[in-house]
Parts: sequence; structure tokens; C-alpha cells
Amino acid sequence: MREFAYERAADVAGAVALLGSGPEARALGGGTNLVDLMKAGVERPRLLVDVRGLPLDRIEEDGDGGLRIGATVTNSELAAHPEVRRRYPALAQAVLAGASGQLRNMATVGGNLLQRTRCGYFTDTTKACNRRSPGSGCPAVAGEHRNGAILGASEHCVAVHPSDMGVALAAFDAVVEYETADGPGTLALDALYPPVGEAPHRETALPDGALITGLTLPAAPVAAHSRYRKVRERASYAFAIGSLAAALDVRDGVVHDVRLAFGAVASRPWRARRAEEALRGEAAGAEAFAAAADAELAAARALPDNGYKLTLMRNLVVAVLGELTEEAGR
Amino acid sequence: MPPSTPSESSAPSPTSSGISLRVNGETYALPVDHRTTLLDALRERLDLTGTKKGCDHGQCGACTVLVDGRRSLACLQLAVATEGREVTTIEGVADGDQLHPVQQAFLDLDGYQCGYCTPGQICSALGVIEEHAAGWPSAVTADIAPQAAPAPLDAAEIRERMSGNLCRCGAYASIVEAVARAADGSSAGVRGTEVTA
Repeated sequence: MREFAYERAADVAGAVALLGSGPEARALGGGTNLVDLMKAGVERPRLLVDVRGLPLDRIEEDGDGGLRIGATVTNSELAAHPEVRRRYPALAQAVLAGASGQLRNMATVGGNLLQRTRCGYFTDTTKACNRRSPGSGCPAVAGEHRNGAILGASEHCVAVHPSDMGVALAAFDAVVEYETADGPGTLALDALYPPVGEAPHRETALPDGALITGLTLPAAPVAAHSRYRKVRERASYAFAIGSLAAALDVRDGVVHDVRLAFGAVASRPWRARRAEEALRGEAAGAEAFAAAADAELAAARALPDNGYKLTLMRNLVVAVLGELTEEAGR
Repeated sequence: MPPSTPSESSAPSPTSSGISLRVNGETYALPVDHRTTLLDALRERLDLTGTKKGCDHGQCGACTVLVDGRRSLACLQLAVATEGREVTTIEGVADGDQLHPVQQAFLDLDGYQCGYCTPGQICSALGVIEEHAAGWPSAVTADIAPQAAPAPLDAAEIRERMSGNLCRCGAYASIVEAVARAADGSSAGVRGTEVTA
């Protein structure tokens, strides 16, 4: 591991001043991904700015039915919070589906959003990877890509975003708040992660040196009836090979409102807007749910070893929306 | 410090610090290279070797300790970032010679074979019991609504909540029993007993 300086930020202004001091500064939250990547030599910061002690550890009601969540709130605190569980149950479920109890106690909301892909080529510095080393190539396209992306990928990168939390946040229109030395800014979660295109190393749209300070979840009555379903290769403590955050409001058998976001299918949490559009105003039922999934997956491009994800996501949509419909009818 | 290349910053910043660590109620002052994890500081610097190094990548749970009362992975926690926080390791779990009920339950029910993962399992179980008592749901909790009745800490809940602790011997069946017994503080025979050498 490369040697580094360590500073504990006293306040947000101090943190962004340190983070803006050079491209080799990194914010340290829980460290569950960053410290591991430093051990692997993937991350080689010169300066760690410890932001965990900043006063960004609150979950507050915004007065309009939404929530504001501070960046240093831990995953555990987020998932346990009564108003998260009441208003956005799929968000609590998504967080609980990720990692382990120990990691959730350490990991922060801001760090969760900025965690890096677990693609094996990215984390192995002896291999080429356009995301880690721009222009070096993507061995995953012709190599190991069983958990690779089927949506929004390019020939330059087929890595998937590993966050469960982000999938629920995408479904619920979360807005990310950040601070820079030049002032604050916001980004819709959808816009936080740019399309892969030819520059997969540009992983976020945050300005250089920005510190995520929190996020807001707007009021969304539909979210109170939501669910996160994660498919993985063992029963617990594994990354998704496909996941779904879904919220559904059915009135008189007709889809009044719906939110859908897919996980582990793209380089970002994938808001399934085409599927949502296809469903609004339709009679709730397996046929409509499948057609909606197909509308979203029409743009999917599978590689030789990850075509199963199309079937998986279609079945997830049909199953989870079916459950939500049935429960709403009770 | 290795020589700087021209592209690197010429302003030297310290890459080590003198820190004070609070572990099991004791205060230790020590200089640390910033790269030192809490795990290595405990084992190599403070001779607290009860905390084990398994994968060193946050995947096995052998290094689980409590930081400010919450179970955490010492292999991903930098020592320098632990200053000002209270660390409890397996060495600090018993009350003198009185084993903690979780330790006693692991002993009574053979919640281990080789024992390498056991300190992490026990520290994790301490966290699990506290988190469950605080009403935290898990991924297998059927109804996570805040007004729902808390799910009992049954085998399915224990398995899910303990999934971050791997046991290569496969002593899981006994580990689940031990955590269940320790969580049920009313069980006869679970209270600590004298340790005899």
C-alpha cells in the first residue's frame, strides 16, 4: 500500500478544502471498500480525509413527507430507521440485503453511492481494465462476464454497479447533495452515474473534489407499498446477480403508479422508466407485468454468458409486482 | 519514506501519527504508520492476538471486534481512524474470570471446532443480540414495518445476521444454538461460570 497522509475533517468546509487540494485525496467514510482497494493497489491516495466525524449523521423529515439522509449515516442506521421502514420499505430491505452486519455498521450512505464495481478485472491490477486504467482494454467482454451488464454497457466496459441501496434510491427519485470549495450542488441519482460510453473511468458526474453531504428522498406515497428482491448465488452475504426495487399502487385493478429499478444489470442502478410507462393505466396482471419488463429489456444486449439476466429480470418483475398486487387487494 | 517522483507532490505530509487507542477500557499510546489497520495494531503492536486475521479483505468476519459498541471489521478499519473510539476485543468480553454468557454458550454447545473464527463469531454474536434487542430488522424479517411486532431471534434470523462470519470447520449448527441460548438470558446454565485453568 502506498503511504498516505491522514486528516480528520473538522467541518464540511474543511473537508472540501482538503479534498480539493489535489487529485490524490480521497474521502474516508467507513472504509469498507476504499481500504480494501488500497490494499489491492487499485486506489493509491496520497491523502485520506476522514469525514466520518462530520455532523452529517442525521435522518430528518423534510416536512413534506420526504426524508433527508446525511452522508455519514451508516447503512445499519438507515435500514433500522422507523420512517425509512414506513415510507420506503424497499430501501430498508435493499440495505439489509447488502453485505454483512459488520460491514453495514461501518459503511456510510455517501460511501455506498461511491463504491466501485466488484468486476474481477477492475480489482486485479495485473489485468487490463478501462475503468481502472483508461485505454487498457476490457477483458471482460471476451472473458469472465457472467455478472456483467446487459443494459447501458459498451464494448469498453461491462461492469455492474454493486450497490443494493442505490437501486431503491433510483426507484424513489433520490437527489444527491454535495459540497465543493466553490459551493454546493445537487444531482439526481440517475445523473450521478454517467453513461459508460467510451469513458468508463468517469464513474460519477460529481465535480472534482466534491464531498457528498447527503441525499433527499422526495415524498412518494407509492413507495410505502414497495419491495426489494435480490437474487444471488448464496442465501446471504453476496452481491446480486439481479435485483429489483418495485413500488406499486393499484386502484380498481388498474396500475395507478409504479416505480421500478433494476440492480446488477448496468454500470449504475437502472431506473426502468420504459417499463413504468408501459404499465401506467394498464390492468394489473402477469401479462402486463411481463410486457412491461420486455419493454425495458428490449434495449438489453447480452454477452455469451450473461443472457440469463434477461429471463431473471423478467421473472423478477412479474413475481414481485404480482405479490404487491395481491397484497394490495387484501 | 520512498523518494518522490517529480510528478508527485513535493510538500511532505506525515504518513504516520502518534495516536492513542482505547481498547478494553485501557488507553494505549503508540505511533502508527497510517497504513496500519486496527487488526494489525491489535495483534502486532498491542499483543492482543485474540482477534484473528482470516482473509484481511472484509469477507470472513474472523477479525470482528466492537467499535463504540457496534460489531465492525478490524481489517478494514484504519488504526489512525480509530482514535477517540472505544474498541472491545475478545480479550475484553469476559468479566474477569467470569465468562460472558455468549462465551459460555459457545463452550457448552461446542460452537466451534478449530476455534480460529470463534473470537469473531462471539464478538459478532454480541452485536447481533444487541441489534435484535434494539428492534433492528434483518433481510429475513418478514415484516419490517416499524409498528410490526419484533421478529423472534430464531434460527433463520441468527443465520442471516451471522452470515458475515464464516466457519471453515462448518460448526454452524452449534453456533446457531449457542447464539440462541445466549440471547435467551433466562436459560438456566447460560450465566458465566468460573474459569479453571
